[in-house]
Amino acid sequence: MTGTSPAVVSASKLGLTFQTNDGPVQALSNVDLTIGKGEFVSFIGPSGCGKTTLLRVIADLEKPTSGTISVNGMTPEQAREKRAYGYVFQAAALFPWRTIERNVALPLEIIGLSRVEQAERIRRTMELVNLSGFEKKYPWQLSGGMQQRASIARALAFDADLLLMDEPFGALDEIVRDHLNEQLLELWARTNKTICFVTHSIPEAVYLSTRIVVMSPRPGRVSDVIESTLPKERPLDIRETPEFLAIAARVRDGLRAGHSYDD
Amino acid sequence: MDTFRDKLIPVTSILLGVVVLWYVFAVILNAPFQRDLDRRANETSTFSEFIGKTLSQPKPTLPAPHQVAVNFFENTFLRPITSTRSLVYNAWVTLSSTLLGFAFGTALGIIIAVGIVHVATLDRSLMPWIIASQTIPILAVAPMIIVVLAAIGVTGLIPKAMISTYLSFFPVTVGMVKGLRSPEIMHLDLMHTYNASASQTFWKLRVPASVPFLFTSMKVAVAASLVGAIVGELPTGAVAGIGAKLLAGAYYSQSIDIWSALVAGSVVAALLVMVVGIAGRLVDRAMGGRPA
Repeated sequence: MTGTSPAVVSASKLGLTFQTNDGPVQALSNVDLTIGKGEFVSFIGPSGCGKTTLLRVIADLEKPTSGTISVNGMTPEQAREKRAYGYVFQAAALFPWRTIERNVALPLEIIGLSRVEQAERIRRTMELVNLSGFEKKYPWQLSGGMQQRASIARALAFDADLLLMDEPFGALDEIVRDHLNEQLLELWARTNKTICFVTHSIPEAVYLSTRIVVMSPRPGRVSDVIESTLPKERPLDIRETPEFLAIAARVRDGLRAGHSYDD
Repeated sequence: MDTFRDKLIPVTSILLGVVVLWYVFAVILNAPFQRDLDRRANETSTFSEFIGKTLSQPKPTLPAPHQVAVNFFENTFLRPITSTRSLVYNAWVTLSSTLLGFAFGTALGIIIAVGIVHVATLDRSLMPWIIASQTIPILAVAPMIIVVLAAIGVTGLIPKAMISTYLSFFPVTVGMVKGLRSPEIMHLDLMHTYNASASQTFWKLRVPASVPFLFTSMKVAVAASLVGAIVGELPTGAVAGIGAKLLAGAYYSQSIDIWSALVAGSVVAALLVMVVGIAGRLVDRAMGGRPA
């Protein structure tokens, strides 16, 4: 789909083995992957398949033990130092002692932006996630969905071209999740960012992605990569179409093939 | 109304129970001496007269609550506060060294905690000594501190405050080590993704996260400071302060004075803990804490 655009993330023969008390655990094995600019790539798989680990390797939160990986043509560490990405965690991870506005300002304070520039960026990102008017609230005054939106705003504040999202909507209920999925697609269309999205929900992965990376556990590896044939414009009811269901079925097959349900 | 029902009634009931029990024991404990007095004076008294006398001895074994209350009231409100017998004056003397020691102790506690959290060597080398320092009985250490400091010409407020510092830095260190290490992995990861420097992580994450821990440990520390100041007054032959009142009361068997000095000490302790608690709540509110 985006074969000609420059690679934002490029991994080859990537492996990561954790040393634990119960011996080595192979979290990632032989992962080959190229993500082009502007793609929306979902990583799906059962727990323990290394999807979060892969995202953390891209973010330089974990170091690979074998293979190579580049982010924007640099090592992940260099990319992190250049603040090449925004990261959204499973929980909103807002600082409870800061207002929403000051939470979004946190990365901007760290890169040393002036207050005036901060205000402008905050205004813009709060608008992107539809949180205008909640700037002065503290996190506990917001619902879970709004908190997660605030954390997305914080990840966007850098204005990095790459957005890494680790099951950001996993803890939210179905209705809020649908709503945020819709908003995320809209945001992606408006900003043209590259998004890597970890999920364990098949409908979510199919609905959002241009490409779905199916992963399987023990050792964590890529078992299938599915290009989505869905159009870029996706209303929620696209999930009832045969095309959508066909892709979902393929994802499910991929998950089943890579995972033994006997144990 | 809710605070009345939820707090005032239970607290008052316990207080009443304590007072009743206190009177019972005052009678029981003072009776032998009173019987002795009566026998020598060849007096016989009715039961109620006898009870009345056990509760109004000038130097009772256990003073009755009203005797302590009267003494406390007289020495607090009826004496000029410049009088050396005024409890306000004596409480102030103790309070001033408590506060100085508490300020030192809190500062020292924070500095040690920062060192322990950031320097692995300190973490391993310092913590056992800090714990050991608190196992030494303060009554043994206090006179030595006073004597050593007096030998190098430091007398007055500072030596007493040092003993308060000795007792109060410990809870602050323990609390702050915990507080500075309290940020979740996710928050630390977040700072890492921002490529934040160690000092940025410290000031923007570790310090704010440790504030609730600081106030909790400061409540313990301020009470320990007061104990330190009182203990510091005992071996110094101090002429003023709650500790000096206790010692003088013990010398002259002025049991009522001892008890009213104890009450004064408790009142000061309660006020100190309350002030720290209120300060903690104000800071929490300013930091966006959810109202309880």
